[in-house]
Amino acid sequence: MTQAVPQGKLYESQKLALWYFWVALALFGAQVLFGLLAAWQYLDPNFLYGKLNFVTNRMLHINAMIVWLLLGFMGGVYWFLPLELGREVVGIRLARFAFFTLIAAVGIVVLVYLLVQYGPGNAFTLWFITEGREYIEAPRWADFGIVAVMTVFLYNVVATALKAKRITGVVAVLMFDLVALAGLYTAGMHYTPNISMDQYFWWWVVHLWVEATWEVLVGSIMAMALMHLLGTPRRIVETWLYLEVALVFGTGILGLGHHYFWIGTPEYWLGLGGFFSALEPIPLVAMVVHAVYDAGVHRMQTVNQPALFWAIAQAFGNFIGAGVWGFMQTLPQINLYSHGTQLAPAHGHLAFFGAYVTAILTVIYMALHQVRRPELPRFDSKLWKWAFVLMVVSIFGMSAAMTVAGFTQTMVERAIGGSTWQAYIDAQQHPWFQNGMVWRFVFGVFFLVSYLVLLWDVATIGKGEAKVPKEVGAHD
Amino acid sequence: MEIGWIETTIGALFATVILTLWLSRGSGWLEPRFWRNAAVVSSLIMTGILVYLTIDSLNQIREGSARVPAYTVINRTIGLKRDYEKRRDIPVIGEEVGFFGKIWSEEEAYALVNKGKMTLQSRNCMDCHTLLGNGAYFAPDLTRAWLDPKWETMVKGMTGKATKEEAMAEWLQHPNRYPTFVRRMPNLGLTEEEAKALVAFLKWMSAIDTNGFPDRFAGAQ
Repeated sequence: MTQAVPQGKLYESQKLALWYFWVALALFGAQVLFGLLAAWQYLDPNFLYGKLNFVTNRMLHINAMIVWLLLGFMGGVYWFLPLELGREVVGIRLARFAFFTLIAAVGIVVLVYLLVQYGPGNAFTLWFITEGREYIEAPRWADFGIVAVMTVFLYNVVATALKAKRITGVVAVLMFDLVALAGLYTAGMHYTPNISMDQYFWWWVVHLWVEATWEVLVGSIMAMALMHLLGTPRRIVETWLYLEVALVFGTGILGLGHHYFWIGTPEYWLGLGGFFSALEPIPLVAMVVHAVYDAGVHRMQTVNQPALFWAIAQAFGNFIGAGVWGFMQTLPQINLYSHGTQLAPAHGHLAFFGAYVTAILTVIYMALHQVRRPELPRFDSKLWKWAFVLMVVSIFGMSAAMTVAGFTQTMVERAIGGSTWQAYIDAQQHPWFQNGMVWRFVFGVFFLVSYLVLLWDVATIGKGEAKVPKEVGAHD
Repeated sequence: MEIGWIETTIGALFATVILTLWLSRGSGWLEPRFWRNAAVVSSLIMTGILVYLTIDSLNQIREGSARVPAYTVINRTIGLKRDYEKRRDIPVIGEEVGFFGKIWSEEEAYALVNKGKMTLQSRNCMDCHTLLGNGAYFAPDLTRAWLDPKWETMVKGMTGKATKEEAMAEWLQHPNRYPTFVRRMPNLGLTEEEAKALVAFLKWMSAIDTNGFPDRFAGAQ
């Protein structure tokens, strides 16, 4: 039943994965660009005022992020799945169709966001222009498209596993996670005038979907990556994956409660949310310990240096961004004042980068090795180090700047000022806040530069290197 | 119904550990089987609790409940009062004063607040403002916007309107005409009807019991 692919050749599924990666990288650029525009508007509020307002830039910034990360994950799964199961992915034509449908839909949505921007306050706008609910602004028609594409994706994984008559632990986790991934997104697809209920289910998408199911999805992808990258035995990788799922779902599902402190929901969420979200960093610490151990065993050397470094960055980034920066503001006693300040995007930037961007870059570098020079014993370049260091430094710089701004808001606006309109303005004009916004922009520019370096490296690594040295005097 | 969070937490963790240990009899704690069981058990138990608490929460946040007021609250005065025992501010709903010069029936109030919510979503308010603390941070938090002193002290004078609701509706239709800060809200083309509905939504939202967030809004006594 298995269709082995000759050495140096790619499965169809892997060729498709490359398409996913290229579009993901392009959208990554769009995310950085619109983020930079929005950051500049903090410094010069008249820039593009009335034409391309902050509201639109910010929406494109966060939506581009969601779509490119999803594309990156799907690419990662399509890349590793045939290796994991030893056969071509079933329904590859369906997968291709889903890919092009998704790209077309994203294109239409972006054009509408840019050219139409908003509509009248009625159901038509919610169905065809924007749903106007941060992170899930996609109009309702596009929501159905996203669920349909996710369902095709789920079908392909399940059908391939059944055809291969082989369900590994990683694939089993992946299948259950994809059911939740397709299912939970529908929690955000309804309208209610009651904002408490609206926010209640909004968090099922924004917390349970993004923080729990994405975290497990990326765990499965990293598990497959580690087996290929470091040759870690399957038994160890799968035990760690189960442990991670047990801890992520065990703490994260009720950790949802830390979003239910102030939206009108009952008081018991203060205790439950505070307690379980305080446990949420534990699986992330466990991953750091494991990554350090693994890298140490291999003395920081593998055939694919950039992939190894991004994998280590993933473990640390996830722990620091999601774990430390999340925990900093998760207890209700602190959150009462820090909620709704720049501390949230400080945490968001570090966490999304640390947990997800790094993982996708790991997989992309592994794919590039296979595509460009599978025969090379060492896949390396000088440029990737620059991209790596600059990107990590600039994301930390941005987050640090927003953290300072966030503390200023917490103190000046929330704690002293009583959170009024005027208190908001006072905090925004405080020098600590304003310096924070300047530095956020400066590091944003660095990030754009590092993105371009990364892009250049991805385009060139492995090409034009010296061939594997032949024996002296050998004849062709 | 009162659910103690400590009992729920201890119960959930205890049940997860016991059930995992029982299902994994005969295998060591470093074996894949042990952690596979732990993953399945913890996911199922936590999901079960979430579903149970969701049913309870939804009952408590239905419009017209003690925590989330009925839409007709727009006809009444709304204020904040310090609850010194719980050490947090709670909304107080006072006498009937009308809204835009009339008393709105249940259906009318629903229609108005509903229109306000649709308007809020159609203009992506959450990508600049925060509502109940969630959203973007480019513009002020709107959780208690109706109770903000600035409408009375500044915007009423700017717009020359007699009541707070009229001043707010006028300001929302022409935010670019009445600058209040270096960052100006863009004109998002709100019609008069949409602006009125949005004010109704903001007034209704300010009466939700948010467990004391934001603390001491406008120095609530």
